[in-house]
Amino acid sequence: MARKLPRKDVVIVGLGWTGSILAHELTDAGLEVVAIERGPWRDTATDFNVAYAPDELRYAVRKDLFLQPAQEAMTMRNNVSQTALPMRDYGSFLPGTGVGGAGTHWNGHTWRFFPSDFVLKTHLTERYGADRLSELQVQDWGVTYDELEGAFDRFEYLCGISGKAGNLNGAIQAGGNPFEGSRKREYPLPPMQMTYAPTLFAEAARSKGLHPFPTPSANLSGAYVNPLGIAMGQCTACGFCERFGCANYSKSSAHTTVLPVLMRKSNFEARTECEVLKINLAADGKTATGVTYIDVNGEIFEQPADLVLLNAYGLFNVRLMLLSGIGKPYDPASGEGVVGRNYCYQTNASAQVFFEGKSMNPFIAAGALGQTVDDYNGDAFDHGPLNFVGGAGINCIPTNGRPIQYRPVPPGTPRWGAAWKEATKQYYNNTLTFSSQGSSYATRGNYLDLDPTYKDRFGRPLLRVTFDFPDNDIRMSNWVSDRMKEIADALGGKQVVVGKQQKGWNSVPYQSTHNTGGAIMGADPKTSAVNRHLQAWDVPNVFVIGASAFPQNAGKNPTGPVGALAYWAADSIRNHYLKNPGKLVEA
Amino acid sequence: MKKAALIAGLAAATILGAKGFASDLFDRIEAGRYQAVLADCSACHTRPGGKPFAGGLPLQTPFGALVPSNITPDPATGIGSWSYADFRSALKTGIGKNGKRLYPAMPYPAYSTLKEADIADLWAYFQKVEPVSNRVVSNQLPFPFSIRTSMVGWNWLNFSPQEFKPDPAKSAAWNRGAYLVNGAGHCGTCHTPKSLTGADKTGEFLRGGNLQSWYAPDLTNDPHKGLGSWSADDIVAYLKTGANRFDIASGPMAEAITQSTSKWADADLQAVATYLKDVKGDGAPAPQPLAANDAAMAAGKAIYLDRCSACHNSTGAGQAALFATLAKAPVINSTDPTSLIRVVLQGSQAVSTAARPTTPAMPSFGWNLDDADVANVLTYVRNSWGNAAPPVTAGQVKDLRAALKR
Repeated sequence: MARKLPRKDVVIVGLGWTGSILAHELTDAGLEVVAIERGPWRDTATDFNVAYAPDELRYAVRKDLFLQPAQEAMTMRNNVSQTALPMRDYGSFLPGTGVGGAGTHWNGHTWRFFPSDFVLKTHLTERYGADRLSELQVQDWGVTYDELEGAFDRFEYLCGISGKAGNLNGAIQAGGNPFEGSRKREYPLPPMQMTYAPTLFAEAARSKGLHPFPTPSANLSGAYVNPLGIAMGQCTACGFCERFGCANYSKSSAHTTVLPVLMRKSNFEARTECEVLKINLAADGKTATGVTYIDVNGEIFEQPADLVLLNAYGLFNVRLMLLSGIGKPYDPASGEGVVGRNYCYQTNASAQVFFEGKSMNPFIAAGALGQTVDDYNGDAFDHGPLNFVGGAGINCIPTNGRPIQYRPVPPGTPRWGAAWKEATKQYYNNTLTFSSQGSSYATRGNYLDLDPTYKDRFGRPLLRVTFDFPDNDIRMSNWVSDRMKEIADALGGKQVVVGKQQKGWNSVPYQSTHNTGGAIMGADPKTSAVNRHLQAWDVPNVFVIGASAFPQNAGKNPTGPVGALAYWAADSIRNHYLKNPGKLVEA
Repeated sequence: MKKAALIAGLAAATILGAKGFASDLFDRIEAGRYQAVLADCSACHTRPGGKPFAGGLPLQTPFGALVPSNITPDPATGIGSWSYADFRSALKTGIGKNGKRLYPAMPYPAYSTLKEADIADLWAYFQKVEPVSNRVVSNQLPFPFSIRTSMVGWNWLNFSPQEFKPDPAKSAAWNRGAYLVNGAGHCGTCHTPKSLTGADKTGEFLRGGNLQSWYAPDLTNDPHKGLGSWSADDIVAYLKTGANRFDIASGPMAEAITQSTSKWADADLQAVATYLKDVKGDGAPAPQPLAANDAAMAAGKAIYLDRCSACHNSTGAGQAALFATLAKAPVINSTDPTSLIRVVLQGSQAVSTAARPTTPAMPSFGWNLDDADVANVLTYVRNSWGNAAPPVTAGQVKDLRAALKR
């Protein structure tokens, strides 16, 4: 029997990036907010202690900061003809847990998607005709880039993003990304000081007529005090970003940008190591009454609230909706239903160039310190003569030279012994790696649902991921790999190796923690789970915030748009919902 | 509980009515609340997370433990049965109700300079504090210090009540600053060196004191180890926000800023800065720094680059509002390195104020640097980038490590 707690105005499920931002915004609006987080409390001072934070074995190999499958696993398969099996270890992607969420251990690439990405179906149909989309289920977001511009700006200024504008109020800027949407002002900080490998990459790309620019980075190029008054430091390029918490207060995360102010507020409370079991609905199924959660001692509580915000990792937002009966589950056979629809991922490939006599010094690095080419991303180029839509950013971002896992050697090198040792010595400083990060477009058969067989420790069905790379995306990625080969050849190394993505997504080797969709936003309740304000169509006092809202994924890291959507949803709640609680969009 | 509050209320009303001193006027109570902020009463008399003024955590003095008393108007366990005269006497003379002698951990030598009106305001405010029943056994000192009448002798040696005397030659701001620093602010309680009996060495006013295994640095205008290099605005910023362009507060001062100085009126902070900029240091010339090729310096430099430079920078510049500047920093050049050793061994978290909410922290290195390492790295820091101070010895580190374990 759940113990019923006093009512709050707002209950937030998950205290990561979006949970922190929403909590800050809504406590500013005077509401009583409680955030329920299933992982532990973490802060920079205590948990990312500079004296032991760079522990590669603990954090990168043993994955100390990530969700453990014993707490929540999922089952995976490539298509409906297979039987999904549960993962015993997370591999292809690594969901976060704990205060700060996956924003704790990200690299820090902070993008805005292209304006065309937000109206993708309309845009591609107009430019190439509807036939081009026949194998895909791409959709418009229901919100445009121009509407989100202010929200992007707020997130970038919250974070102190270091970059160079490529398009200021419509005027293309030298040194920035000429393909980006128009922004109202510069980045808050200039780009980071460039290291050697990206510099070589940019020169080679430029020689091929491309437009490299410094990757917008949440590793800060200088000292910064954000609009909340929180101070951050200059990144020391230690190379311990992805899989690590930042010990130097120089990687933007909830810890370094929001929580110090949020935790001072008397109308905010965080309950950690408390896992929400479900969102409770009133008898009519149209109103959420709060959530039920279980604490670390196994005691079950009911937290009533007027407003329930799902701010968990995107995949878990979707699972909680399915477990709670919010929205109609998606059925790939009929193509009907909305929750679980349009699950997308990322379509990547990498290129390596092996040199002699270089000093790449890969240990001088940061998660987002590098150069990007967007000439072949999204719809920045003409797909007319091509047999695919979508594209990829090409990134040379050497994130680290850590001693255990950074051991690049050319193909054919023995995997152990004297020859391997010799090669690893020779190529540690002589390897340049860059990669394509490609769009992932929705298809009818890629989706999320509840597994019919496997359950978690509370007896709840696990989430089932059904995914394979769509043929369109494979054609796209392989075409971009050919373009990468041209850049790699121009680099003039001794040996060039360019990978090509293949069908048959493998859930074991790490690829990307960019899982999107499943609770997508849109203008039509028949094809989207939440409206353009991220409000659940069927239960208007539930908002679902995160990459779960992306109708499909672009060839860019998702955190920038996730942060923007957090501000967008906060504004919708503050300016519209609180004034007149109810459906913000009539279907 | 309600009943107790009612009785306390009646008792207070009776006393006030009889003595006629306190007032229910809103502005008097508010003025008294501000006096309590200036004097930072809650720092000692409130437990972390506890009811305001209902008694604090034990203070570890060189003579033993003293527990700050319950100063809520609870008649049985607080000061609810006190008269205004008792209250005034406690502040002015260190003698409480029924002639009970206070220990000078309660800084009555400073409070004795408080003006009559300020004490009356404070009294008016304390009548309105929620009465809390909490019996505190203040005196936990060992014999013979446990004998309160020993304070007769102490007072005879060390204390004579005195009124604040303005200096007509100085500005109004200077005089207000002097009143605050010497009186309610009781800065000297920590920052003035103490004699063997624990009294202020008044001839060395604000030249730095050691207590509870912290060194409270020199606040005089000494250019090397005092505040000589700080402008008045730097001092105000530090007291108001916990940070300025050089430094960010931690340790006991972080508490004093959070609970007290960050809530002071700007004019009062300016007054304090005006006064402190005029307090003379010991006049001793800065020592010569150790040679860079000194063995401890070389060893310390290697440790510094490895462990410290990521935040504090290889030039000791630090980073504004986040990591303290070490180069030419007064506390680094203090003769007494206690606080420096302590922060390296235990780590320290910076102050949190509305203006500076970040609370960056220095991690503990006590577990991965040995005594000689800590001594060497501090010796290097204290003799680099314009700093010059006596070397730190492994013995000093060992002693403090032992003291902190107790």
